[in-house]
Amino acid sequence: MNTRWSEKLRRNGFGWGLVLPSLLFLCMFTYYPMLKSAGLSLFEKNLAVRNPVFVGLDNYKALLHDPVFIEVFRNNIWFAVGTVPVSMALAFALALFADKAIRGKGMVRVAFFYPNMIPMIAAASIWLFLYMPQFGLFAKFASWIAGSEVNLLGNPDTVLASLIVMTIWKEAGYFMIFYLAGMQQIPKDLYESASVDGVGVWKQQLRITIPLTMPTTLFVTVVAITNAFKWVDHLWMMTKGGPDHASSLLLYYIYETTFNFNDQGMAAAMTVVMIVMLLIISCLQFVGWERKVHYQ
Amino acid sequence: MGNSTDLSLPVNQRLERKRTVHDDQKLQSARRRRVASQVLWHAIMIVFVAAWLIPLVWVMRNAFLPKDASIGMGWSLKFTLDNFIRVWQGAPFGQYMLNTLLVTAGIFAVQIVTLTLAAYAFARVPFAGRSVVFMLFLVQIMVPPDVLIFSNYQIINDLGLLDTKLGIMLPYFASAFGVFLLRQAFKQLPYELEEAARVEGSSSLGILRRIYVPLSKPIYLSFAIVSISFHWNDFLWPLIVTNSPENRLLTVGLGMFAKSTEAGAQWTDVSAATLIVTTPMLIGFLLFQRQFISSFMHSGIKG
Repeated sequence: MNTRWSEKLRRNGFGWGLVLPSLLFLCMFTYYPMLKSAGLSLFEKNLAVRNPVFVGLDNYKALLHDPVFIEVFRNNIWFAVGTVPVSMALAFALALFADKAIRGKGMVRVAFFYPNMIPMIAAASIWLFLYMPQFGLFAKFASWIAGSEVNLLGNPDTVLASLIVMTIWKEAGYFMIFYLAGMQQIPKDLYESASVDGVGVWKQQLRITIPLTMPTTLFVTVVAITNAFKWVDHLWMMTKGGPDHASSLLLYYIYETTFNFNDQGMAAAMTVVMIVMLLIISCLQFVGWERKVHYQ
Repeated sequence: MGNSTDLSLPVNQRLERKRTVHDDQKLQSARRRRVASQVLWHAIMIVFVAAWLIPLVWVMRNAFLPKDASIGMGWSLKFTLDNFIRVWQGAPFGQYMLNTLLVTAGIFAVQIVTLTLAAYAFARVPFAGRSVVFMLFLVQIMVPPDVLIFSNYQIINDLGLLDTKLGIMLPYFASAFGVFLLRQAFKQLPYELEEAARVEGSSSLGILRRIYVPLSKPIYLSFAIVSISFHWNDFLWPLIVTNSPENRLLTVGLGMFAKSTEAGAQWTDVSAATLIVTTPMLIGFLLFQRQFISSFMHSGIKG
């Protein structure tokens, strides 16, 4: 009995000792900051109020009435709606192409994946130039279509769409990789027997490829939506959220509120809103994975 | 052949021939349609490939063009390395690159240790509270440090680590994502290996070092690629934490540089700087394209 107890104690000590280093950093930079944000979100703390004053849920109420926050939130939703489906559809088509094409397969993969390997800040500086009125290639193209000179990033009506296009360019290749992995797992004889039965190529995709890559689609959707709430570097570089907040996104607005306006209570409340949103999105993923396990 | 049928043939043979000619035609037109749609499909995809390469071509064009030629649209045959020389002298990009290397390697080195230990515990040591701790790790995947930037900034400030390389690295020393990846790999190794080594008198840490780690090399490689490319490219966090050139990273240096030249038409310089920052990763990617892509396939989420 005694030796079993000491064995158990030793095993527990060993296990905890192994996870301790990771756990320490996790507590310091994930749990503690999360709790701290939650706590601080109940206080008013900004340049005017140096010593935090407890205000309960007032910060959250203020957010609901803050027209800028509402606009930024709406921008972020549009940003997600604009980037997620298009980049996923493109990724799917590209994966189909890179999966089947015999020649130039490597070329296709490189062409679509390289935007992923370069920092967002570098991508932003390239695209800033491409969008620059008069000199930029895309700006010229847009002016040619519109018939007059267009400042794509300076106009509240076009700025968000311009950033969406860039994000699709950056992300489609990343999602393509997951679809490629998914497609390579589909047994090839499924397509062969479909061909023998006279099923056309389009119908084959509709009835074989799309259903069998459903788990990938689910996974990519969640990653894409989460990313839509995390991209900020390009805003710092290209628009600073402007003109007139037309291109600002949540995380960037949190950054601005913290470091430019120094309103810590509000920034904490927005951080909590973001965390809750990310947790909900991720939980959807877990539910989805459970379902996937069921129909396998 | 068509209708030049020999009328002397018996009726059934004539019918037979007519039928095969008809089938042939049907088959041929189906084949033609298929070829046509293949051609169209390839053409569309090639247009996409070309479109995707435009930004890269554009930045290269401008990085190697003399200043006055870059404003015009036409292709100029002028070629110069002046932009690179000017940029390299105008900002300490060599220092930035060294800093980036140090930070990226430092994060990875510590991560390797913390995640190997934790992954082994989750895979093979049944300790009390394991599932609870495992859940705690899950949360970091859902809420990555990017989102907590503002609170983490205050913690780094409280620790007195603002504007240090350690301050940039610290929040990333534990990677729950890496732990999950590695735990899966460890679990798939046969337990008999561990038992055999134990019989021969190896300690647990010895087993971990001599059996688990070497056998999981591909997973370590995947994680290395994901971790290194993430931290090499990260911008906002290093921007917030650092404010002196001695500690700035490449991405931050590029951001500052591009901002400072915003007013003028010094796009050739910005393009050259952008190429300097992106080239190490691009070369790495082109050399190890296959490994890169398959490791992304295996690893899933970034971070």
